[in-house]
Amino acid sequence: MRYLKFLAVGIFFGIVMYKSEAASWFRIYEMFHFASFHMYGIIGSAVIIGIIGVQIIKRKDLKTVENKEMHLSPKNPGIYRYLIGGIIFGLGWALTGACPGPMFVLAGAGFYSILVVIVGSILGTFVYGLLHKKLPH
Amino acid sequence: MEWIYEPWPWYVAGPMIALTMFLLLYMGKHFGMSSNLRTMCAVGGAGKISTFFQFDWKKERWNLMVIVGAIIGGFLVSTFMSNNVVEINPEIATQLSEKYGIESANSAYLPTEIFNTENLSNPFILGILLLGGFLVGFGARYAGGCTSGHAISGLSNLQVPSLIAVVGFFVGGLVMIHLLYPFIFGQ
Repeated sequence: MRYLKFLAVGIFFGIVMYKSEAASWFRIYEMFHFASFHMYGIIGSAVIIGIIGVQIIKRKDLKTVENKEMHLSPKNPGIYRYLIGGIIFGLGWALTGACPGPMFVLAGAGFYSILVVIVGSILGTFVYGLLHKKLPH
Repeated sequence: MEWIYEPWPWYVAGPMIALTMFLLLYMGKHFGMSSNLRTMCAVGGAGKISTFFQFDWKKERWNLMVIVGAIIGGFLVSTFMSNNVVEINPEIATQLSEKYGIESANSAYLPTEIFNTENLSNPFILGILLLGGFLVGFGARYAGGCTSGHAISGLSNLQVPSLIAVVGFFVGGLVMIHLLYPFIFGQ
């Protein structure tokens, strides 16, 4: 039962992704042509509100529901992994029009071909796990 | 009742994505979807092959529940709250038709030419979907996060690594759409 709240957040997130069309291949294609403000508005407004909220959390030292520190740990420093990994991710994002959240939303919406994309992404993660010690980070 | 089928504008969706992140932070967790792919590998026994998958995946069950919720959310919206048509810039729709023979813009949610299940018997389409997914999974783990973990969570926390990753996402996306699409989908 303690997982029910996470299920609820997931349902909410799924509804937002689908209703906002952020899960649509067409919107991603259009975004990379800079032909609509829609996706930039979504990401931009989420980030601006996110920045303000995180600053409030830090300044007021807000705690979680269990009165613990919030999970806002800094990312490990580095350039290569973020740039190279990011570019590889971007290639796949533009090719399938789906990133790791929306692909599951689309599966729920009945686009069964997306299951192939999900299998591919699990395979990609697995291969990264095999190679990660040999890659520049 | 027509309004219930309308898509949400960006100024509704963006704040709701931020709310998703804050809800998870308040619950003592964080907003990041691609780590679920790693968890799925670990659940499947990948820890026997690579130390990268040797962690207590049971602690990540909460995030798998978020994914299960996202699947349910996708089902609910597509069934009860959407006409499943995405309207994009008409110039882009014309361009898709002329350059790549994709005619389903402004009449479907995803391009039927790629995502119709009948097309899975086409090895080319199957390969595109598998390769695209592979790049998403490999790249997200290499970069240590995806659109949710870096573009939303990381940038909200003013993380320079996340900014580098997001620049990478866009470089990769622009290269794919503008340089590689003509070779892959061109007629």
